[in-house]
Amino acid sequence: MITSALIFAFACFSIGLLLNLWRVIVGPQKSDRILALDTMVVNAIALLILLGIWLGTGIFFEVSMLFALVGFVSTVSYCRFLLRGDIIE
Amino acid sequence: MPLWAEITVTVFLVIAGVFGLVGSYGLVRLPDPMTRLHAPTKATTLGVGGVLIASMIYFFAAEGRISAHELLIAIFLFLTSPITALFIAKVHLHLREKPENLPTPREAAGWASYTASGPARGVRDFPPQDEPASPVADTSH
Repeated sequence: MITSALIFAFACFSIGLLLNLWRVIVGPQKSDRILALDTMVVNAIALLILLGIWLGTGIFFEVSMLFALVGFVSTVSYCRFLLRGDIIE
Repeated sequence: MPLWAEITVTVFLVIAGVFGLVGSYGLVRLPDPMTRLHAPTKATTLGVGGVLIASMIYFFAAEGRISAHELLIAIFLFLTSPITALFIAKVHLHLREKPENLPTPREAAGWASYTASGPARGVRDFPPQDEPASPVADTSH
């Protein structure tokens, strides 16, 4: 039962990643692209935790924590670069 | 693994998958940037929250250990997703919208995003309807 639910969730988040990728490519403005990249990070975190449940290990929690940190910092720094022309003033 | 744990984990996984798919579909489907901001920041965070709850229950039922990593990730995501949404909205407002095209706020002070920092620091010269020429070369501030 858990296996089929895992496969369903894997499929959902993978389709979501593909939709986000479409928005990254098509997205008419820079804010759309940044938003789509941020959503891709969140979906990738969900996929990593699902992989941790699938394999039964806890090693992927650290990976997803690092992924969340890097995604947040990159999103904020890119927005700041667009807003101010500089990241650390 | 007991049956109640299997049922709970399955329910949370299915809910999380549906919410994640809805959030990503809304990112594609919605018409303009400010509504596009709405869908993923809420629905995808709910999706990741569902996956994290499912993971907590699974590892508690399968191995009998309570792991706090999921709580850490959930707290971090719930803290940072409003900040990223605010920054993306500010990028859209300052690079694409003019202040006179926005709805007038009820307070007399106007939009805080435009008035707080003053035109010399945060706000670029309007109207940059196309892409700004070169953000690096702008060393006026």
